Amino acid sequence: MGLEAVLQKDGFLTTTIDAIVAWSRKSSVWPMPMGISCCAIEMIAAADPKYDIARFGSEVMRFSPRQSDLMIVAGTVTYKMAQVVRRIYDQMPEPKWVIAMGACTSSGGMYRSYSVVQGIDQFLPVDVYTAGCPPRPENLLNALMTIQEKISKTKARDFKNRSLAELEHSQN
Amino acid sequence: MDRIKQIYNDEKLLKKLQEDRDISIEDVLENEMVINMGPQHPATHGVLRLVLRLDGETVTGIIPELGYLHRGYEKMAENMSFIEFIPHTDRLDYLATMCNNVGYVLAVEKLAGIETPKRAQYIRMIVAELSRIASHLIAIGTFAMDVGAVTMVMWTFREREKVNSIFDRIAGARFTTSYTRIGGVASDIDDQSIAEIAKFLTELEPALVEMDKLMLSNRIFIDRLEGIGILPKEDAIALGVTGPNLRASGVEYDVRRAKPYLFYNEIDFKIPTFTQGDCLARYFQRGDEVRESVKILRQCLDKIPQGEVIANNPKKVLPHKTEIYSKMEELIHDFMIINFGINPPVGDTYFSVENPKGELGFYIVSNGSGQPWKLKIHSPSFCNLQAVSQLCKGAMISDVVAIIGSLDPVMGEADK
Amino acid sequence: MNTKELIIEKVKEKFSESVEEISDFRDDLSITIKKDQIVNLGRFLKENSDLQFIMCKDVTAIDWATRKKRFTTVYHIYSFKLNYTLRLKSNIDDDPPTIETVSPIWPSANWYERETWDMYGIKFINHPDLRRMYMPEGFEHHPLKKDFPVLGIPGSLPLPNKAD
Repeated sequence: MGLEAVLQKDGFLTTTIDAIVAWSRKSSVWPMPMGISCCAIEMIAAADPKYDIARFGSEVMRFSPRQSDLMIVAGTVTYKMAQVVRRIYDQMPEPKWVIAMGACTSSGGMYRSYSVVQGIDQFLPVDVYTAGCPPRPENLLNALMTIQEKISKTKARDFKNRSLAELEHSQN
Repeated sequence: MDRIKQIYNDEKLLKKLQEDRDISIEDVLENEMVINMGPQHPATHGVLRLVLRLDGETVTGIIPELGYLHRGYEKMAENMSFIEFIPHTDRLDYLATMCNNVGYVLAVEKLAGIETPKRAQYIRMIVAELSRIASHLIAIGTFAMDVGAVTMVMWTFREREKVNSIFDRIAGARFTTSYTRIGGVASDIDDQSIAEIAKFLTELEPALVEMDKLMLSNRIFIDRLEGIGILPKEDAIALGVTGPNLRASGVEYDVRRAKPYLFYNEIDFKIPTFTQGDCLARYFQRGDEVRESVKILRQCLDKIPQGEVIANNPKKVLPHKTEIYSKMEELIHDFMIINFGINPPVGDTYFSVENPKGELGFYIVSNGSGQPWKLKIHSPSFCNLQAVSQLCKGAMISDVVAIIGSLDPVMGEADK
Repeated sequence: MNTKELIIEKVKEKFSESVEEISDFRDDLSITIKKDQIVNLGRFLKENSDLQFIMCKDVTAIDWATRKKRFTTVYHIYSFKLNYTLRLKSNIDDDPPTIETVSPIWPSANWYERETWDMYGIKFINHPDLRRMYMPEGFEHHPLKKDFPVLGIPGSLPLPNKAD
């Protein structure tokens, strides 16, 4: 037990608020499973006993955008669905991250057709793109770890350009 | 400020505001309520959107809205060769990828008149039945999860993962397999795969018993399903419902028996039916079909003959990659098929197979070129969803979730 | 007498005038009938006690692009009694294309016809609820027409802004 050992020896730890906030944030990312098509099944598979996303502290899949901070867009986004995805994204409180899971979400994938958006980055800021059609659950877990790495680097001053009132509002 | 000024200047708007304020709480109770469910809702199995009209908690009207996953398969099919479309069939009903692969290649083979070796047909049967088991397991699991039994989904996914590892071994992909080819299958299955399938079957049977024990001793589960969403036989036929949902209403219709394809006529299996036609019957129906699939698989593993897995038909069937790199003739044929397609004769055919969701049909119109002039996918989920409006009318709002779960639609296929 | 002969005989008996073509390709029987008789033929096939085609599996259309009769509607109907899937076809020559609906005969045709309207722009007269099935309301085109490009028409479908 790492923490207990340190605490018994010295009794205190030194860290920055930023680091401890980022650490706790990254260890309990609550995903919003935006399951649209095939990738959604692999996303559920990532949560099942074999792959067990709970190891990364992200087993709390919240279907309410208000309670989540990571949106996993899993599946082909059509123009009709794009409006919905954007609206759900807007409802999520800041800070928030987005994983584009699979080829369809990243670039349109094999669907070069009239109704499919050729990459969700046309209307959403995306943090991590995941390759595969659909990506294997391991690949999704890798994407999640990449997001965690990204979160661990966030600092309060990253939000400096926002006013305090705006930040307070967005947290609720 | 401008906005407020505008409101005060606008008499109509002011009047409307006044009216809104005059609504008392009693009025609200008398009124019907319209609520929106989906397209992002955990119980709608994907991106189905339902608009419900409620009187208290009773549903008085329901309109399903589709198209949130309309990917334009039929248009894309018209612009690619018959072979190129095989990977797209995976993503139709993405819970039973192999079944779609098999259905599509059989439809093309019927159109082009290609004979397939017996071993390939048996392999197709094996993978299709495995896929059916996987799909039904997910159907049962997510259905139970929708009505509150979350443990079930973990158990069924555990079993399904085993099927996926078998597919990983056979086809090289665990989920989107694209395993079949026109004229056969991509690769032969080895003895170890057969042993793994046999092992999976022996493990599955006790697991099914366990699952039934878990669910059927759960009174909440039974009470929430029994007598809910009754679909009478006549209505099921009139609404075009197929598959387990039709059989749970008491119609003994299964394409595997009605119009046998592959070698289903050599296999001994029952078609389970129920007469109640409610959600519980649809739950039992799927469980029984899994057991029948286990029986079919056992027979297939016993009967599978030795031989080729791809037809020897150079003008229509792609040669194996190793031959292309070493032989002149094969290289030419590969070039011709890839560039100009397999050119089936002019005409149109309809071919349907029994998928886990119901009858999957492909209507292909050929004008003699390498690309289909038209390819229509008759998707079972689309037909089954048409029954939603009738089933939900008069039900409680919590029953809507159970009804959709029991119909088991997959939007990838319903929206095409 | 086998099933196909029975169907052909029954149909010819009653609709000899309006049947345009009967074809049998790869063991699929398909009957092409004049546009104005499709409802009558459908009702006859459903209600005749020897045939009983009580289930409509599919309604779709074909766009022939260059032919004079540009669209053909295709119906797949199934009889549990005969265990047979029959195909009906009807050529449409007017512009904009219209045809009488079969949804009063087979309720399942309701959604199939909506889908066909969405994809091909064929108006089904007397259809109870002819809205688009897949594409959003306000979309002006019909995607499965041959003159519609696969990649769509830029700007015909709106996207939300990427306001960061």
